[in-house]
Amino acid sequence: MTEWTGGVFDALKAVDIRQVAYVPDMGLKQLIERCIADDAIRAVSLTTEEEGLALLGGAWMAGDRGALLMQSSGIGNCINMFSLTRSCEFPLLMLVTMRGQHKEFNPWQKPMGENAANLLETVGVTVETATDHDGVGRAVADAAQDVFTNNARRAVLVHQSLMAHKTFGR
Amino acid sequence: MSDSETFPLHRREVVQALLQNRHGMLVVGGLGSSAWDITAAGDDPLNFPLWGAMGGAAAIGLGMALAQPGRRVLVLTGDGEMLMGIGTLATIALQKPKNLAVVVLDNERYGETGMQKTHTAFGVDLPGIAKAAGFDVSGSVGTQGELDAALPIIRQADGPVFYDIKVRAEELDFVLPTNDGVALKMRFRKALLGEA
Repeated sequence: MTEWTGGVFDALKAVDIRQVAYVPDMGLKQLIERCIADDAIRAVSLTTEEEGLALLGGAWMAGDRGALLMQSSGIGNCINMFSLTRSCEFPLLMLVTMRGQHKEFNPWQKPMGENAANLLETVGVTVETATDHDGVGRAVADAAQDVFTNNARRAVLVHQSLMAHKTFGR
Repeated sequence: MSDSETFPLHRREVVQALLQNRHGMLVVGGLGSSAWDITAAGDDPLNFPLWGAMGGAAAIGLGMALAQPGRRVLVLTGDGEMLMGIGTLATIALQKPKNLAVVVLDNERYGETGMQKTHTAFGVDLPGIAKAAGFDVSGSVGTQGELDAALPIIRQADGPVFYDIKVRAEELDFVLPTNDGVALKMRFRKALLGEA
């Protein structure tokens, strides 16, 4: 069990999140399972991350609050679709599990991992990185409050050290 | 190979037919001609015409349909826009929203950039892709008779519904909605939810 799953799930429920869009990551495994099991949340499995920005824009237009979950490799896929989020000033709550930071075994994860925060800030998303287990839920709760009270665009990045590391058996 | 410059159906007339007596239907118009088409049919606060976000129209419609299961949601978009977000057909098929219809106005061209041929001009079968993804209802329309038969399905049948309507490649007047995204959002939410 990823230690911070419960805190994040509680933070999503506290602001009445109804649509959770995701592209899976090992670090998000339990959180996605909790969202799927919750009757009040529609968990939407995406084929690519930018679909999530469009989906959550539509959800907001029609009265639902949402959240978008992805691995850092998905940030690049989203870039043009941020034009929708920004032009319409849709609220946006993202949770990004990081790769390319800590005991990374795959160099192909580094270009997006190392630039995730910069890319998000460039397109107008405020970034906070959580580096301890208790801090993830707290950061998501703070971000969620800001997003839906102040119509903000916020991403919480979960440092790779807070997830079991992948070794490909080596 | 077909020549879409001679297709019998005109996109503005098709959209006019799809949107008349719309009964509170939520309508997304994909980037480009489709956004101008829904505006030409009569601007409405429950229209969401897109000035960007190419590939996002169907996913926006899905978010609306899941949030408002009691409302019909109609996505009207072009073949180029649909192709850019083709994976969304798989995403919609998983969610199976009964109240969502996705209609492609397929002129086999990128109409805003010089009428270059899209993949559908070479035989890519969008309704076949939707059907294979798992849409319960998927069809194609090429004539007025087929359009008349498809209209009640698009407007009312349990979905998700996908239709590909072959329309003539033609240059039309621009009928532009406001390009202020915040204003489009606010008027939509006010009309639907009573709050901006």
